[in-house]
Amino acid sequence: MKARVLGAVAAALLLAGCGGTSEPGSPPSSGPSGSITVFAASSLTAAFGRIGADFQKTFPGTMIHFAFAGSSTLVAQIQQGAIGDVLASADQPNMQKLVNAGLTSGSPSIFARNKLQIVVPAGNPKHVTGLADLGRAGLVVVLCASAVPCGHYATEALQKAGVTVKPASEETDVKAVLAKVALGEADAGIVYVTDVKAAGAQVQGVDIPASLNVVADYPIVVLKDSQNIALAKVFIGYLHAKGQETLARYGFLPA
Amino acid sequence: MASSQRNPRGFPAPPLFIGLAGLGAAFFLLPLAGLLVRTPWGSAWQLLTSPEALTALRLSLLASLSATAIALIVGVPLAWIFARIAFPGRAVLRALTVLPMVLPPVVGGVALLAAFGRRGLVGTWLEQAFGIHIPFTTAGAILAESFVAMPFLVITVEAGLRGMDLRFEDAARTLGARRWTVLWRVTLPLVRPSLVAGAVLCWARALGEFGATITFAGNFPGRTQTMPLAVYLALETNPDAAIVLSLVLLAVSLAVLIGLRDRWLGAS
Repeated sequence: MKARVLGAVAAALLLAGCGGTSEPGSPPSSGPSGSITVFAASSLTAAFGRIGADFQKTFPGTMIHFAFAGSSTLVAQIQQGAIGDVLASADQPNMQKLVNAGLTSGSPSIFARNKLQIVVPAGNPKHVTGLADLGRAGLVVVLCASAVPCGHYATEALQKAGVTVKPASEETDVKAVLAKVALGEADAGIVYVTDVKAAGAQVQGVDIPASLNVVADYPIVVLKDSQNIALAKVFIGYLHAKGQETLARYGFLPA
Repeated sequence: MASSQRNPRGFPAPPLFIGLAGLGAAFFLLPLAGLLVRTPWGSAWQLLTSPEALTALRLSLLASLSATAIALIVGVPLAWIFARIAFPGRAVLRALTVLPMVLPPVVGGVALLAAFGRRGLVGTWLEQAFGIHIPFTTAGAILAESFVAMPFLVITVEAGLRGMDLRFEDAARTLGARRWTVLWRVTLPLVRPSLVAGAVLCWARALGEFGATITFAGNFPGRTQTMPLAVYLALETNPDAAIVLSLVLLAVSLAVLIGLRDRWLGAS
């Protein structure tokens, strides 16, 4: 709480300073100001980093802090009293937990969608061509834990394909799966299309056909204990409008 | 309790100072109290004996005891070398071996990947020559725990060896005992308190290992998901189970502390 107050004071001082020196004649801004903390699913790391920077440029004097982790971790943290303003989850069930607990303000809206993709190390050394290969003996496959959205989506896709996978590890978020594949410790993993795109040259993706794929809905909501609901709403609005372009660039599907 | 007011060896402390000490004590006691208050006592036994919890418990016991065994087998000789043999670079080597005590465990996990991972220094060779793959296996979890916990055994045993009266060994040698006999029948029995304390400390640290394990060995029930990992994951799906598992780890830590009270809290 204290840190928040200090942050607000610092932001206010900064604003006052800016107004006083650079634009002495301009009237006080009526736009959004202050700072918010956005809890966001790991898969949003790259896209939100970009969007946050753009937002701060569009609305000078605002500050968006991000905390990225598996959606289930974020929901657990909020339930334990973590202070923040917005939650962007990679699935509906985790979001619903928070809604049911009465910790949200207003109802969540879907701002993006995502698809799954198989991730393999660059060059695809084990020649993985589809979900069926993941059941192959001797192939080291890592998935997300079932509590994490990417984990239950992966299970859903594997069920559709009728493939039984014995994962070597159940990681706590999607970036951990990606890291194990990028390091070459795992031969394959199931992550989002956007993760493969963001990961760069160390990994490559193997497409999952639409008939077996799962579409992940990303809901976003203002948290009940938000100290800056005004800015939180402006940020969500921005995401639905201008932010869509950036999200698309990072491989997300339109809401 | 009354004796805390009287300081036999010095000036009476200012009340503010005593107050700060109280604050410090409360800081340690409150989290423990919080855990106890939040414990769902009614369903505690049921949560503890659930298949998931039992799997994690069993694996934790196996991994931490194996790590302690490894530490005894290679850590005791290491401690002996540090205590008895002067060689160039000893101080540096000693510092590097106890580094994991202060190193963030996650960094330890990354370092282990760089050494024993598939593309690691030794891991590449292990995989090609023997088809051995350590990450994501119970062996990986044991390795991670050994890495983090062994220093506790090494420095405890080393201290014991340094404080030992060397004349007993000399006497045994004079009487014709062979080197292994001296080591086995004289040296080790004489440092037994340090051996026991070191092994217990090492085991407790291994039992609590989290960062290196999840980084190096991953997380899979029954294979690499030890108690601390189970607590971390349960907090997201079943907080009650997380609290009960935490309580078990707390009880073990408390038992270790009581067992080693003469060493740590000073004989009274």
